[in-house]
Amino acid sequence: MKTEGRPTAPVAANSNAVQTVSGSQALNQATALLFETGTPRRTGVDLPEPKGTKSRLGAHGRKGAIGLPGLSEPETMRHYVRLSQKNYAIDLGVYPLGSCTMKHNPRLNEKVARMPGFADVHPLQPVQTAQGALEIMSVLSHWLMTLCNMPAVALTPKAGAHGELCGMMAIRARLDHDGASHKRRVLVPDAAHGTNPATAVQCGFTVDGLPSNAGGRVDMDALRAKLDGLGKDSDIAGIMLTNPNTCGLFESDIIEIAALIHKAGGYFYCDGANFNALVGRVRPGDLGVDAMHINLHKTFSTPHGGGGPGSGPTVLSDALKDHAPVPYVVKTEDGFDLVEHPDDKSFGRMCAFHGNMGMYTRALSYMMSHGSDGLKQATEDAVLNANYVQASLSDVMTPAFEGGCMHEALFDDRFLKDTGVDTLDFAKAMIDEGYHPMTMYFPLVVHGAMLIEPTESESKGELDRFIRSMRSLAERAKSGDVESFKQAPIYAPMRRLDETQAARKPVLRWTPPSDVAEAAE
Amino acid sequence: MRYLPLNANDRTQMLDVIGVESVDDLFYNVPEAARLKGLIDLPTHQSEQAVEQFFQRLSNKSTPASSVPFFCGAGAYKHHIPATVDHLIQRSEFLTAYTPYQPEISQGTLQTLFEFQTQVALLTGMEVANASMYDGSTACAEAVVMAHRVARGKKSKAVLAPGLHPHYAAATQTLASTLNITINERDTRMGRDDHVIDHIDDDTCCVVVQSPNVFGEIVDLRPIAEKAHAHKALLIAVFTEPVALAAITPPGEQGADIVVGEGQGLGVGLAFGGPHVGLFACRQKLVRQMPGRVCGETVDANGDRGYVLTLSTREQHIRREKATSNICTNSGLCCLAFTIHMSLLGDAGIQRLATLNHEKACDLADVIDGIAGAEVLNDTFFNEFTVRLNTNAEGVVDAMVEKGVIAGVPLSRLSPDSDENLLLVCATETSSGEDIAAFETALKEVLS
Repeated sequence: MKTEGRPTAPVAANSNAVQTVSGSQALNQATALLFETGTPRRTGVDLPEPKGTKSRLGAHGRKGAIGLPGLSEPETMRHYVRLSQKNYAIDLGVYPLGSCTMKHNPRLNEKVARMPGFADVHPLQPVQTAQGALEIMSVLSHWLMTLCNMPAVALTPKAGAHGELCGMMAIRARLDHDGASHKRRVLVPDAAHGTNPATAVQCGFTVDGLPSNAGGRVDMDALRAKLDGLGKDSDIAGIMLTNPNTCGLFESDIIEIAALIHKAGGYFYCDGANFNALVGRVRPGDLGVDAMHINLHKTFSTPHGGGGPGSGPTVLSDALKDHAPVPYVVKTEDGFDLVEHPDDKSFGRMCAFHGNMGMYTRALSYMMSHGSDGLKQATEDAVLNANYVQASLSDVMTPAFEGGCMHEALFDDRFLKDTGVDTLDFAKAMIDEGYHPMTMYFPLVVHGAMLIEPTESESKGELDRFIRSMRSLAERAKSGDVESFKQAPIYAPMRRLDETQAARKPVLRWTPPSDVAEAAE
Repeated sequence: MRYLPLNANDRTQMLDVIGVESVDDLFYNVPEAARLKGLIDLPTHQSEQAVEQFFQRLSNKSTPASSVPFFCGAGAYKHHIPATVDHLIQRSEFLTAYTPYQPEISQGTLQTLFEFQTQVALLTGMEVANASMYDGSTACAEAVVMAHRVARGKKSKAVLAPGLHPHYAAATQTLASTLNITINERDTRMGRDDHVIDHIDDDTCCVVVQSPNVFGEIVDLRPIAEKAHAHKALLIAVFTEPVALAAITPPGEQGADIVVGEGQGLGVGLAFGGPHVGLFACRQKLVRQMPGRVCGETVDANGDRGYVLTLSTREQHIRREKATSNICTNSGLCCLAFTIHMSLLGDAGIQRLATLNHEKACDLADVIDGIAGAEVLNDTFFNEFTVRLNTNAEGVVDAMVEKGVIAGVPLSRLSPDSDENLLLVCATETSSGEDIAAFETALKEVLS
């Protein structure tokens, strides 16, 4: 049982709670939709009166109102600050979402990203007036290529999944360039992130599933059986493999896997979502990787922002580098320039401009602050923290696999067998202990998976408190206290939400009351 | 190391609990050949002050848009952003939260997404919108893939209009190429958008038309919609400047089935091209084919109204290879910036903002028409238009930089095969009378 703060003994949901007239509870204020607060006439921006004399809109001028309610500035502040208080955040506590890497976001990075030479520069202003921004891209590229021991990097992908697309497009471009357009089969382990098969299909490949073995790694016998006797002219385009994999384990056969794929004329795409377990200790280029995206918003700590923006620079091997997308930065005698139009080898363009500059500055600031020594230490601390959590919980919870882990600890739900409590209940009960739940039901290869990634940002004291809470929950579940788990969360801003109703009858926007009345008639 | 809380003593105690001698033992599964000895050849750690100085030095090497008379548009627009916006998006609870997969402790993000979707739907005149894409160009590419999916792969052709931003067309081409979607040969000259009608046939799954288009011209979508619908093709309407939608007839009222565009102009800075925010709206009946995250209304166990991510059976983490898109992370914090700016403006504010933009552009056009060797080509425009110069536009832009004016974007920078004498110029509410006068003086000097 938690010893500090409020009691977490189970109580019936709001049984004796006094309902307030306003529906608010102290710091948790009820917040109406802004459309229910604002009006179309109200505005929080003072703009000069237009002269109203000129128009070159032709016959295309807007006739009707938009129907957008506005708020004054104080109302706006209050609306969003109140809403913010209904969110959990890294700055509030342990956020152990496995695979998502919720580490501390240094505020220096926010400061440098807002410097006008990066934040207030237009992507198409003359390159001689954007030299500072281009130099950042060049320096960042150098760091990423050096950390990976890879000869090229495409900076433009705007998130991890976009980086996957970049890498797989480069592979496809190389295959087509070599006249090997029949090579369309991509091997994807069953433990892979959902983005991997989705990306392969989006690039026109077919997905061939690869089973995991009992140890949570690629089943080498199955892999050899698939590739046995295949030469360079086989239909194999490549493999998409995460390393460390989604079970938090290093793929110890990775060098052999790369060799087997290469022998079948395929390329090795590495999903770099877990690169934070390797930085400074292992370089993907030494493992036979041909392409790997790097989530700057995971490994290099650009903020997740409630779901983006991310950034997914993709390192490429010698075999693929000529097929990289445009634009990219080149060094010239006068400074830096941009190559914005593809030659016949490049697979083309992925987005309008030069990728997410705002993430480049933040990530580079993070890397330079750590330096080569600090990055290595951060990797080691992340792995140490995960192993510490696993070791401290292995007697009350059930680790999915034997042995140590890398940067994240994976448990299954065997310890909940016959308790009536499932992974979802356990996760929701963590909320009442003041924690964001871990990743649950992923990877799919483990029953009732719970994937805990503490990152290097947690102190030992914070981890010890977290471990005490987790132990207490596990013991409570085993003691037959099912009801409190089914009710959880009780102390969150909201109780469990009905996701089935949301999906069955989707209400995806607010509708003005008059429209609702009309629709009902 | 200021970002790492563990000290040597902690590490020793923790290794003890784990039952290993050293941290190296935790990496026991890494093959010997791949284990790095020593440090990677990069500088070691630096103080906050040192890093800040490095960035300051590089920042000083660029010319910020706000520091000079500035007239670039072509997909990214310089607007004034209220201070409230940047303050609010830096709230820890917004900035350092993940995707709202646990709705009980993510109502802040979820409600703002619901409000964002509503604002996008209202502004575009559409029924529903998603919770954002990476940017306008990727939203455009995904819309074409969606239209192909709606036609169940039976219609293989996408018709892109001449006035579609060349980068949007290129990003679409990249994604479409691997899915065997054929894109028409484009005549990319100005004033040809209505010619797309001739390309629409029964094999067409969608027609993609931008308005205002890349030349700044406003396009009548209605006849194109009519022809598209006659052939059971979808009309995808594209915009690059969200402020324009407050001034012109919205695409939803002109028969568009999907509307995609760039939201950067509201609340999000230039940032050398990213992060920006892709807007994606469509008809209600198409919603289950829409890519990206969507937030929906529901109730909690107490019956209170709340919000969740929904329709996830379209998405990669559930559907894997059958997903509507591989998109996962989107542009969360930029949507927040967009929606805060929209909330501050309201109907009255955004319409006034749009009128001011238009007036500034009209002022600039009038000035340019009075300069020998320069001619505005547009019949209509919102806040940017195309100028034909009597000489190479890139040379003019470079010469004007020397005079302290950033004059616009040569069209040849966007597509190398276009007329080298064409220049795209843009004015917004931030363009002062002095800025426009400086433009006039500099251009006259350069052309004389």
